Amino acid sequence: MSATPVAPLEVDTSHGVVLYLEDVTVSFDGFKALDRLTLYVDVGELRCVIGPNGAGKTTMMDVITGRTRPNSGRAFFGQTLDLTRLSEAEIARAGIGRKFQKPAVFPEHTVRENLELAGVRDRRARRSLLGEVTAEDRRRIDEALEQIRLTDEAHRLAGLLSHGQKQWLEIGMLLVQDPMLLLLDEPVAGLTDEETERSAELIRSLAGKRSIVVVEHDMSFVETLGGTVTVLDEGSVVAEGPLSKVQADPKVIEVYLGR
Amino acid sequence: MLLPRLLPLLALALAARPAGAASLDPALLKGLAAEDSGDKIAAIRALTLAGGPEAATVLQALADDRLQVSRERILIDEGDRLRDAATGEPLARAPGDVEAITINNRVRRVAEGSLALLRLFDASRSVRAQAAEALGGTVTPELLPLLERALAEEKVRAIRETLEIVRARTQLGSSEPALRLAAVKALGAGGTLAVRSLLAGAADPAGEPDAAVRKAAAASLAAVDRRLLLADAVNRTFSGLSLGSILLLAALGLAITYGIMGVINMAHGELLMIGAYAGYAVQSLFRARFPGGHDWYVVAAIPVAFGAAFVVGVAMERAVIRHLYRRPLESLLATWGLSLVLIQAARVSFGAQNVQVANPSWMSGGVTLLPSAVLPWNRLVIVGFSLAVLAATWLLLTRTRLGMFVRAVTQNRAMAGCVGVPTSRVDTLAFGLGAGIAGLGGLALSQISNVGPEMGQLYIVDSFMVVVLGGVGQLAGAVLAALGLGVASKFLEGVTGAVVAKIAVLAFVVVFIQRRPQGLFAPKGRAVES
Amino acid sequence: MEVRPPRRSLLRPVLAATPRAGWWGLASAAAIAFLVVPALHLLVPPSSPLHVSDYAVAVAGKIACYATVAVALDLIWGYAGILSLGHGLFFALGGYAFGMYLMRAIGHDGVYQSDLPDFMVFLDWKAYPWYWRGTEHPGWALALVVLVPGIVAFVFGWFAFRSRVRGVYFSIITQALTYAAMLLFFRNDTGFGGNNGFTDFKRIFGFPVAAPGTRVALFAASVLVLLVTLVVCRWLVVSRFGRVLRAIRDGESRLVCLGYDTLWYKLLVWTLSAVLCAIAGALYVPQVGIINPSEMSPANSIEIAIWVAVGGRGTLVGAALGAVLVNLAKSWFTQAMPELWLFFLGFLFVAVTLFVPDGVVGLVRKVRRRRRAQVPGAADPDRAVEEVVA
Repeated sequence: MSATPVAPLEVDTSHGVVLYLEDVTVSFDGFKALDRLTLYVDVGELRCVIGPNGAGKTTMMDVITGRTRPNSGRAFFGQTLDLTRLSEAEIARAGIGRKFQKPAVFPEHTVRENLELAGVRDRRARRSLLGEVTAEDRRRIDEALEQIRLTDEAHRLAGLLSHGQKQWLEIGMLLVQDPMLLLLDEPVAGLTDEETERSAELIRSLAGKRSIVVVEHDMSFVETLGGTVTVLDEGSVVAEGPLSKVQADPKVIEVYLGR
Repeated sequence: MLLPRLLPLLALALAARPAGAASLDPALLKGLAAEDSGDKIAAIRALTLAGGPEAATVLQALADDRLQVSRERILIDEGDRLRDAATGEPLARAPGDVEAITINNRVRRVAEGSLALLRLFDASRSVRAQAAEALGGTVTPELLPLLERALAEEKVRAIRETLEIVRARTQLGSSEPALRLAAVKALGAGGTLAVRSLLAGAADPAGEPDAAVRKAAAASLAAVDRRLLLADAVNRTFSGLSLGSILLLAALGLAITYGIMGVINMAHGELLMIGAYAGYAVQSLFRARFPGGHDWYVVAAIPVAFGAAFVVGVAMERAVIRHLYRRPLESLLATWGLSLVLIQAARVSFGAQNVQVANPSWMSGGVTLLPSAVLPWNRLVIVGFSLAVLAATWLLLTRTRLGMFVRAVTQNRAMAGCVGVPTSRVDTLAFGLGAGIAGLGGLALSQISNVGPEMGQLYIVDSFMVVVLGGVGQLAGAVLAALGLGVASKFLEGVTGAVVAKIAVLAFVVVFIQRRPQGLFAPKGRAVES
Repeated sequence: MEVRPPRRSLLRPVLAATPRAGWWGLASAAAIAFLVVPALHLLVPPSSPLHVSDYAVAVAGKIACYATVAVALDLIWGYAGILSLGHGLFFALGGYAFGMYLMRAIGHDGVYQSDLPDFMVFLDWKAYPWYWRGTEHPGWALALVVLVPGIVAFVFGWFAFRSRVRGVYFSIITQALTYAAMLLFFRNDTGFGGNNGFTDFKRIFGFPVAAPGTRVALFAASVLVLLVTLVVCRWLVVSRFGRVLRAIRDGESRLVCLGYDTLWYKLLVWTLSAVLCAIAGALYVPQVGIINPSEMSPANSIEIAIWVAVGGRGTLVGAALGAVLVNLAKSWFTQAMPELWLFFLGFLFVAVTLFVPDGVVGLVRKVRRRRRAQVPGAADPDRAVEEVVA
């Protein structure tokens, strides 16, 4: 009997687009965090989203993962999955994984246990009572441990890792989830140059099979990654295209430097 | 004013006496000595109709068993001498054949009723009020004209109402439908339960044979019921406001301490208790040392209650609470422990039983808004007191430096610290302030409710509901929530009873914060998640 | 092709994850409860110093029930991060459910010598209300002990966990829940004896309630329930389910982001905890001889939290220990210096939260870990126990 992945929510990517955000507006008590934001991400694409503080990048991620509901607009994962109606957990199971700015690992669990929490396919409560981790899940966890180079620390409590190691653990948790769409919020914040280089490699290798949206401030990292760049300001898209084009756009310069 | 001048005129008008004679007709008086009670009663009535202070004197003597008769001359025994009832002249010497006039209870009642009627014309308001009550509900129809005249002159509303009921009841007992109809129509203007029961009787076919009278009675009944409903609503609203003002005092302190430190203080109710016991202690002191000034102990107790609670609050904050900043679960448990300690300390110091705290005399009685709606003075004073405290707190928070610091620390502690606000001292003072306000709330509570070691426990749940509902750290929200919860509780109580009302209110608050976790008034802007 | 893990893996994790000392402790407790105490109570004459008195057996049984409640609370508080301050409600509901059977078992031996319990006769009721039906059968009463608190817990949990109410607000709402229930049970019309509750029991399962044999049996049963509770909870927390629970405690929103429906995890453990409390309550009532609405008082439920905190939150056995220590202290104080008990309890609350947040057992473990870390070559204290997987 095969271990059935409990993801009845299958994403339909027949049209080649994995994420649709159309006219999304989110306002908090009158303040518009997102103002008619429109954005499309293709299957296998690597997209960078940049913008000044308060531009709405984090809110956009919140809308995609279902943490915040938009006041108006449409958000779809693939052709059929309405992100404004599914719960956060359902969206995660459907194949959207997120990595937060600050490392959010479970400090009282070991590295392996963290990965296990993220990677186990069957997340139903009753299943966890009876079964331990399946062989296939264990294989994926071991692979991820290799990729994030924490195999030797597998039994260490995650709270005791260094900042860099925690960031990597989070990436590992994302890998082991095997999502269709990855959302990375400032993945290299606080990393050394060497770690940053490794992260860039990893991210680039992931794209193609999966779609990745990276929110970043570090322009050199964005340059290293390549891919299309979307510039947000005050809740909507100001410019989109390769980094060189975007950097030359007068609107973008104004947004970053002011008048 | 007018009445004393009218009285002699009245006396002249009423009495058909020969001009110039200021005496009573002996013929009238003779009947008082009759053997038959019925004759005595008739004589009393006739005498009453004649009216005048002399008649009152005679009737009073009759009721006091001081009336005597000697050969058809009626005499009043004044203890040291006898006086002629008709002329008012004292007698030089007592005649030999004086007989006392005895009366039975029935006659006595009639005499007393008549006396009351006569006293309706007295100059003193309290005498008239007493007399109106003493009429006992009805007068005999013959004496109705006298009652009408008294009503015509009576200016004080409360006495008028009593007299009107008496008149209506008398008229309703009449055999003439026209009179009853008039009575029923007049009663339609009333607004008390007494009036209602009269009208209910008159609308009932079993009690009233005439259809026209019944119909008019039903209409009047509807009008009176509407008025009673209004009075009930007024009473409930006021009760609710009064409860709300207490909740406000209890919750205001909690809103400040919870808002600034994010600390759940389960001992908050005990701060109320401390204020109440402070009031008791000051009262005892006044009773022992300044018995004359007892009425003013409340005023002296205000700073004492505030101070005592302030001191205890500061001690709590420094010793325990500051170490549990931002750890709401732990602060809940630790402050619960403090609450146990404080309650036991109160039990050991003052005894486990409730203690008596009396209202000063200027807080007794009430204001009559509507016939059935009396607003007690002590509650009115408390509402006023709460508003005063609220205003003072608002001024403190918005116009003083300390208040500005408190607001800064509440909104963003880290930044406040960075710009040089002494956060730890502000914490202590804010906590003390919140505690002091609770102490004042306890003092207010002591005036209308029992004071015992566990009194604070009754208000802790409600205080938290107010803070949660109103929005943490929001004064306006706390005010609205306190008043709203108070009024809602009182109205619900009337419908469902106290227990279910309490449960319903709790359920409402739970559901409300589901929909709107930040409360009625949320801090504006993008809040930093705690 | 995946093969379903063999049955024996159910037990291996808990067997492996629990140190030998734990099993020895369990065995000794069982031996004392099932062999030593009954012998010293029934076989040894009262004059002997070794005799265990009626009073001691009753107190011990009562404390064993309290220990079960503490472990049940530790399960949800220490491992799932849900602090319920209204668990006394489930304890009391279980007690009332079984109490209904005990009241029926009085038969005609009450004050009024009627079919109905004394309090119903006093209220002038002529028949049992519908919810009393069937309670003369011990089986149905036992079913009620499990069903009623279980359903109440499930429904409350369903609404509470789906809502946005978390943390301290949740705890306060559990206080409100038990308070409301207490008010309800104080009313005579509710049909549970009003503020007097149920008392004056005569028989249980045919045996007289006050007989020494019955007492000892109830005591042993209470200890049995405690030991079974400890084992079941231990099994739960070392399983994968337990790891998810701890993740809920440490970062629920992160877990939701990983695709977990935390509702069912919480509901399961919450309802289990409530049912364990209820069973403890059912055993408690015949041993103390009375149940009344003050068992549902908010103060009682808060006290349970302090037992767990004193013993050590998140250690299971610590919770049981805490319950034993605090209640022994209470017994002693209320006999020797009653006015000081509440002072002691209050200071205990403050001291434990400020100075000993890990509780006794937690402190011991921390000290042991630190000592091991200082010995060179010793096992890495930061390594968690390795799970054995099939």
